[in-house]
Amino acid sequence: MQGTEGLRPIVIPGEAVGGPGLKPGPGTYSESGQVFAAQLGIRTERDGLVTVIPLNGRYLPERGDAVIGEVVDLGPSHWLVDINSPYPAPLHATESPWRVEFGDTARYLKAGDVIMCHVLSVDEIKRVQLTMSEREARRLTGGMVMEISPTKVPRVIGKQGSMVSLIKELTHCQIYVGQNGRIWLDGTDRDTAIAARAIRLIEERAQAFGLTEAVRELIERARQETRGPGPS
Amino acid sequence: MEDIEHIQKEMKLIDGKGRRLDGRKPDELRPVRIEAGVLRRADGSAYMEWGGNKVLAAVYGPREAHPRHLQDPARALVQCRYNMAPFSVTDRKRPGPDRRSVEISKVISEAFSSVVFKEQFPRTSVDIFIEVLQADAGTRCAGLTAASVALADAGVPMRDLVASCASGKIDGVVCLDLNKDEDNFGDADCPMAVIPRTGEIVLLQMDGHLTYDEFQKAMSLSLGAAQRLYELQRDALRRRYAVTLQDILKESPPAPMVAGPAESEPELPAEDDFGSEGI
Repeated sequence: MQGTEGLRPIVIPGEAVGGPGLKPGPGTYSESGQVFAAQLGIRTERDGLVTVIPLNGRYLPERGDAVIGEVVDLGPSHWLVDINSPYPAPLHATESPWRVEFGDTARYLKAGDVIMCHVLSVDEIKRVQLTMSEREARRLTGGMVMEISPTKVPRVIGKQGSMVSLIKELTHCQIYVGQNGRIWLDGTDRDTAIAARAIRLIEERAQAFGLTEAVRELIERARQETRGPGPS
Repeated sequence: MEDIEHIQKEMKLIDGKGRRLDGRKPDELRPVRIEAGVLRRADGSAYMEWGGNKVLAAVYGPREAHPRHLQDPARALVQCRYNMAPFSVTDRKRPGPDRRSVEISKVISEAFSSVVFKEQFPRTSVDIFIEVLQADAGTRCAGLTAASVALADAGVPMRDLVASCASGKIDGVVCLDLNKDEDNFGDADCPMAVIPRTGEIVLLQMDGHLTYDEFQKAMSLSLGAAQRLYELQRDALRRRYAVTLQDILKESPPAPMVAGPAESEPELPAEDDFGSEGI
């Protein structure tokens, strides 16, 4: 079953992933000198640190994460934003790019609006605060938002953003990838559809090798298909 | 209705050759099949067939715990709902929670509480739903075993999977994994759930009486079975993630595919999934 070409071996919770001398990283735990997997995922080892990259799971906010959120509620001086995590995330008016009068939050963001923002802080009981003070933070208008598993986000972004850049370049779409698994795409309908397909491909094939090439091929083929018999 | 007193005297649960009603040996499991990731909307899910039992498990979370006053600022809640479908038994079961299912929900959620890393998700809850579609004794063990696959499928951090199997006493013989008739007409039933890696016991109940020696025997049978179930659980999870690679270019596959049963059947040659008793 395992060890198919192009497939990284999967570890299952409770499986030993390293002996003594190795440090347990995210997705693992240690017990009596041994390191075990805590999550279903792919084992990686670097500099004596064993980690398990989960295949599935919820998004847990961390300080500095860029996320795409949907405004779900407003108070007199803050907005409550759904960032696809188990914790409610308020965005305080002082953290927004506007000068908001007390009680006037609805003028700037309404329930249902989608924003690109950052996680300002997460404390030990996981109280989250958001900020829009970064330059790229803004209200997103137009385009579409798709959701993928948050564990697949690093693959969609790629090394130093190589994968998103590739998709952006080949499809001429504007793309924001939130760490919370929400992705905002904007471009022509056809381009957006192709980009969305490419992202789904990455999500499904996240554990495979040679992903970049597969994505490039998919996009190029899709673009040719739609262009060939078209009117232009 | 038949006269149950009368049947009990007639019923030979173990024949002269030491075989049980469905032809099993005392230490033999019923055929088990586990499938992971069968539901689209849940974060994690599993389906299990265990002899005549058919059980579906779904896991959500960690997610915001509701109602708010239940939230624990230090750790996650592990909540479980065990429910039997009205059509899961011969006489229609009245829908809704009853004394029995509330108890089972409680013991199962406590069993999982001890393996999930709750401290990583303060103020949240991990919700486990176990639906028994068809019951044939041992549903709490089947539910627990399936739910543990569903938890792993949902990516919830945990120390290990939990495997569970009952043992009991029928006609004075300690046997593994009782079926409906053996449970009804036997002398004792003792469900048990363990963390297979360490052998820790996370659920232990007993209905009926066993002597100390019989209990020791039952326990060793259940522990052995748990190891076998553990392998099936792990296999189900591996298969689940092997599938995603084979149908790569499909955009969004339609309704859950019926993945071929493959070699998911365990070591037992089963003449019929429902056993000889027929539901």
